[in-house]
Amino acid sequence: MFGNNYMNDKVIYVHNLVKKFGNFVANDNLNFEVYRGEIFGFLGANGAGKTTAIRILSGLSRPTSGEVIVAGFDAYKQAEMIKKNIGYMCQKFSLYEDLTVKENIMLYGGIYGMKLALIKKRVHELLERLNFQEYENRIISDLPLGLRQKLAFSVAVLHEPKIVFLDEPTGGVDPITRRQFWEMIYETAAGGITVFVTTHYMDEAEYCDRISIMSEGRIVALDTPAALKKMYEAETVEEVFIKIARPALA
Amino acid sequence: MLPVIESFGVCKSYGTTRALDNISFTVNESEIFGFIGPDGAGKTTLFRIITTLLLPDEGTIKVLGLNCTTGYKELRKNIGYMPGRFSLYQDLSVEENLNFYATVFGTTVEENYDLISDIYSHIEPFKKRLAGKLSGGMKQKLALSCALIHKPKILVLDEPTTGVDAVSRAEFWQMLEKLKSHNITIIVSTPYMDEAMRCDKVALIQNGRILAINTPDKIREGFTRKLFTVKAMDKFKLITTLRKYPETITAWPFGDSVHLTLNGDNTDDSLLIFLRNEGITDPVIEEIAAGIEDRFLELMEKGSKG
Repeated sequence: MFGNNYMNDKVIYVHNLVKKFGNFVANDNLNFEVYRGEIFGFLGANGAGKTTAIRILSGLSRPTSGEVIVAGFDAYKQAEMIKKNIGYMCQKFSLYEDLTVKENIMLYGGIYGMKLALIKKRVHELLERLNFQEYENRIISDLPLGLRQKLAFSVAVLHEPKIVFLDEPTGGVDPITRRQFWEMIYETAAGGITVFVTTHYMDEAEYCDRISIMSEGRIVALDTPAALKKMYEAETVEEVFIKIARPALA
Repeated sequence: MLPVIESFGVCKSYGTTRALDNISFTVNESEIFGFIGPDGAGKTTLFRIITTLLLPDEGTIKVLGLNCTTGYKELRKNIGYMPGRFSLYQDLSVEENLNFYATVFGTTVEENYDLISDIYSHIEPFKKRLAGKLSGGMKQKLALSCALIHKPKILVLDEPTTGVDAVSRAEFWQMLEKLKSHNITIIVSTPYMDEAMRCDKVALIQNGRILAINTPDKIREGFTRKLFTVKAMDKFKLITTLRKYPETITAWPFGDSVHLTLNGDNTDDSLLIFLRNEGITDPVIEEIAAGIEDRFLELMEKGSKG
C-alpha cells in the first residue's frame, strides 16, 4: 500500500467538475482526490463518461465548470504544464510502429524534454529491467502485443512524471503478461508515481488501492475494493459493478 | 451429436510467422465452443478460414459437411459472422444496417425477426440513430442482430466482448445462451477466462497451437498441483516475498489474493514463519480448487519451456 507520508500529497483534485457537450452532460458534478503513490482504478460502463474525464485530467480538454488541479497545475490555464508532468498510455496509440524499440525510447525522451545523457542512461536501464536487450533494434510492429504494452508503459514513465494515466492497458493481452504488467504498476506506485488506470478486467480492479465507478456521468461509488465489497455484500468487484453500474442507454 | 465444424491439421503462415500450427478440433451442433487465448494466438486467422475468407496453407476445414475451400458459396449463406472490430456502416442508422444485411442475404427483417427480437429490442428505440453514435454495448447488440438476421446455422463471433464493460458482457452471454434453443451452433473467441466457463467446450490456444480442448470443468481439473490462495494487506510485498520463499513454484496475483503452488504441495508452518519473518504479520492461507485461468497459466508456462 502507499506509505503514510504520501497521504497528504494530492496529485489530482477534482471539485464539482462538469463537462457538457451542447446539452449533453458527460460529466455531472464529479468530486474526488487522488494521492501520491496511489493506484487508482477508474471504472465505469461504456458511455459513462470516463474518457471525457480522463481527457480533462490529462490536459487534452477543458472543463465546462468546476475545479480541476492535476500535478499542481490548473486544468483551465495550465494544460500544457499538465501534459509535461504526466505520462499517458492508451490502447489505440502508444508507440510508433515503424520505429525500433530504441528509437521510440529516444524519441519520447526528447519529447519529454529530457537531457540526452539521461535518455541514454534510461534506455540502458529500461532494456535491462525488461530483459529486452535482444529487441533493442527491432521494429515495434514485429513485437507481440504483450511486449509492446510493457514497453509502452515503461516509456510512459520514462521521465518519472507525478502521475501516469493508463487507459485499458491490458486489453487482449495473455494472462501471464497481464500479471507481469500489474507488477510493473505496483513497482511504479511504490516508487511514488501515482497510477490512474481504467480497465474492464474486474479482477484488476482488486489490485487498486481505491476505485471509483462511474455511471451515466456521475461517480456512484468511490472506496477501497474491500470496503465496496462489504458495502454491497459482494464477493468480487465484478458483483459490485454489476449491481451499481448500468450500461449507457444508447 | 452432429459435427458441424471439423478441422484437420490446419496450418497457416504469414511470411515466416506461423499463425496456425496443426489445428484439429470438432464442434457439434448447438454447442457454444470457445477459443480462449491472448492476442496473437491465431483466433482471428482461424475464424477467417472457417468463414471462408482465408485459405489454409495445409489441412482442411469442413463446415456443415462442405469443404471451406470449395464449398464457400453455399457456406456463406449459412454462417453469421461478427468480426473483431465493429464493422457495420457507421454512417447508416441502426435500422438501415439491419435492412441492408437482410437484403444482402436475400431475406427481410420481418422473416426472422423472432430470432433477434430479444436482442434488437434493446436498441430498437434508437433505430434512427447512426450506428457510429452508439455506445460499445449497443454496437455489439446491433452487430449480433445483423449476424443473425438471415438465420444462419453457425454463428462465428470474434472477440465480441473485448473492450466492453462487465454489465454488457454479462447481458451478451445471456443472449448467446438463449440462441442455443434455436439450434444455432456458436463459436466464439475471447481473452476473458471467465467467459470460458460459459462454453460447452473450450480450446485453449496460444502461438498458433491448441494447448487443450475439453469441457471447461475437465480443463480446470487437469491442474497438476495443489493450489493455495494467500491474502495479506500489502499485496505487492506479499507477492515479492512469496517469490523469495524457496518452496514456491509459482506465485501469481489473482485479484485480491495470490495463487500459490509449492514444492511438495504442502503448507506446513514454515511458510507462515517465513512470511512473518519478512514482516507479513497476518497472512490468510487456504487451499482452493483451480480455475480455468490457473490451468491456462500452467499450460502456458509449460508451453514456453518446451
